[in-house]
Amino acid sequence: MSIRNKAYIAGAFEHPTRLAPDKSTPQLHAECAAGALADAGLSLKDVDGYFCAGDAPGFGGMSMVDYLGLKVRHVDSTETGGSSYILHVGHAAQAIAAGKCSVALITLAGRPRSEPFAGQSGNAPEAAFEGWVGQSTHNSYGMCAARHMYEYGTTSEQLAWVKVAASHHAQHNPHAMLRDVVTVGDVINSPMISDPLHRLDCCVVSDGGGALLVVAPEVAKSLKRPLVAVRGAGEHVKGPRGGMNLDITTSAAAVSGPAAFAEAGVTPADIQYASIYDSFTITVLIQLEDLGFCKKGEGGRFVADGNLISGTGRLPFNTDGGGLCNNHPTNRGGITKVIEAVRQLRGEAHPAVQVPDCGLAVATGIGGVLGARHGAATVILERQ
Amino acid sequence: MMSESRNIPAPKPNVENQPFFDAAAEGKLLIGQCDACGQPHYYPRALCPFCLTESRWVESKGKGAIYSLSTMRRGAGAPYTLAWVTLDEGPAVLTNIATEDHDALTIGQRVRVQFTPTEGGPPVPMFAPE
Repeated sequence: MSIRNKAYIAGAFEHPTRLAPDKSTPQLHAECAAGALADAGLSLKDVDGYFCAGDAPGFGGMSMVDYLGLKVRHVDSTETGGSSYILHVGHAAQAIAAGKCSVALITLAGRPRSEPFAGQSGNAPEAAFEGWVGQSTHNSYGMCAARHMYEYGTTSEQLAWVKVAASHHAQHNPHAMLRDVVTVGDVINSPMISDPLHRLDCCVVSDGGGALLVVAPEVAKSLKRPLVAVRGAGEHVKGPRGGMNLDITTSAAAVSGPAAFAEAGVTPADIQYASIYDSFTITVLIQLEDLGFCKKGEGGRFVADGNLISGTGRLPFNTDGGGLCNNHPTNRGGITKVIEAVRQLRGEAHPAVQVPDCGLAVATGIGGVLGARHGAATVILERQ
Repeated sequence: MMSESRNIPAPKPNVENQPFFDAAAEGKLLIGQCDACGQPHYYPRALCPFCLTESRWVESKGKGAIYSLSTMRRGAGAPYTLAWVTLDEGPAVLTNIATEDHDALTIGQRVRVQFTPTEGGPPVPMFAPE
């Protein structure tokens, strides 16, 4: 059974806050839920499915279902880090196609700027072997970039173009944390964080959140919003798995991407807009290759010379400014990727970055730690 | 000589991996070896991650090459170098490179295990240039 055209994204909301010292995390979830419901023209009692991930406080989905006052017949708290919410779109479409719910709410929120980030639990099976190595996202993604440079000749200047393109888009977003347009020189001359990634190769840290409503076709067609169909979805989890034949320049998106394209019956050449999770510049480059926008190793040349800038480049990406410039709520950028893709397909992106007559978009993300254990999810969305 | 200024937190062994840390205290690096599918693996598990057959401990020679690396330049303990080291036996190990000269490290460089003390726990396997 395929999910193709079995579900639609009817509501999308990005919380405008980037610093929320006076709001609780559950409160931000609730504000995002209310925002998505208002966007769709639905009410709380219409929701019969709920999806959340590791940012949701409490015990799986139970605390949040109760806090939000939901009565659901389907709940899913699958956790794949920042890619969870893209994955949830696919899972929600599956549940809707199977008749398990008809209005699925997905929420994300958190406040890493306002309260210390709680690390992952110490009972992971690899904890005794790897808990001491000083791994952060910066140095783990840094190893991916270093290996990509070693194998394919990718340069820091090429990586910098990803940030340059994001900054061109962020200048038009009044909510973006970083709105200054930057140059390749600005990126490669910013302080080194963990070789070869500079400060401007890294995404922002922001409080905030977002929510989505994935609904059955008959619900979507009863509303007044443009129809954005879920045309295909894919997911995958990848790790070093015993350390044999390690390959950290290919991500789990090499499985999630082709699976989503196959289900949608389209190819990368058909895509008019791409939301690509940009925790770091290298994250975008590797996903472009793994989704098939270019061959493995050619990502550097693909992104160079402004090819990701809307209006001039060959593949407009992250027109909200992405995680690199706009927003990375609670260190998880998946939901904002779907939200901006929905804006593009509705024609509601900022006019300066709106892709003309945008009919087909991809949203893809990598959560967890690229270079070690990570999850990827990809959805293909279509305006109908 | 200890070349890392970073304080290394003590690993917390469990019943499955205690033999690894007992051997580490004697300066031995153990990896997992499966007799069913013939493959070694790291980090070691009771059951082989390639076929879920019970594996056994074998001692690695502790030599290998840097597969990739990244030197952290910011924050407490910096600089220190995170690396994947591919052992000559095959498996890759997520580790640190113990060195005074982080800028001289390169992908492909030969390294050997160097057990490093931790804060009140068993030592851990870092690697140092040969």
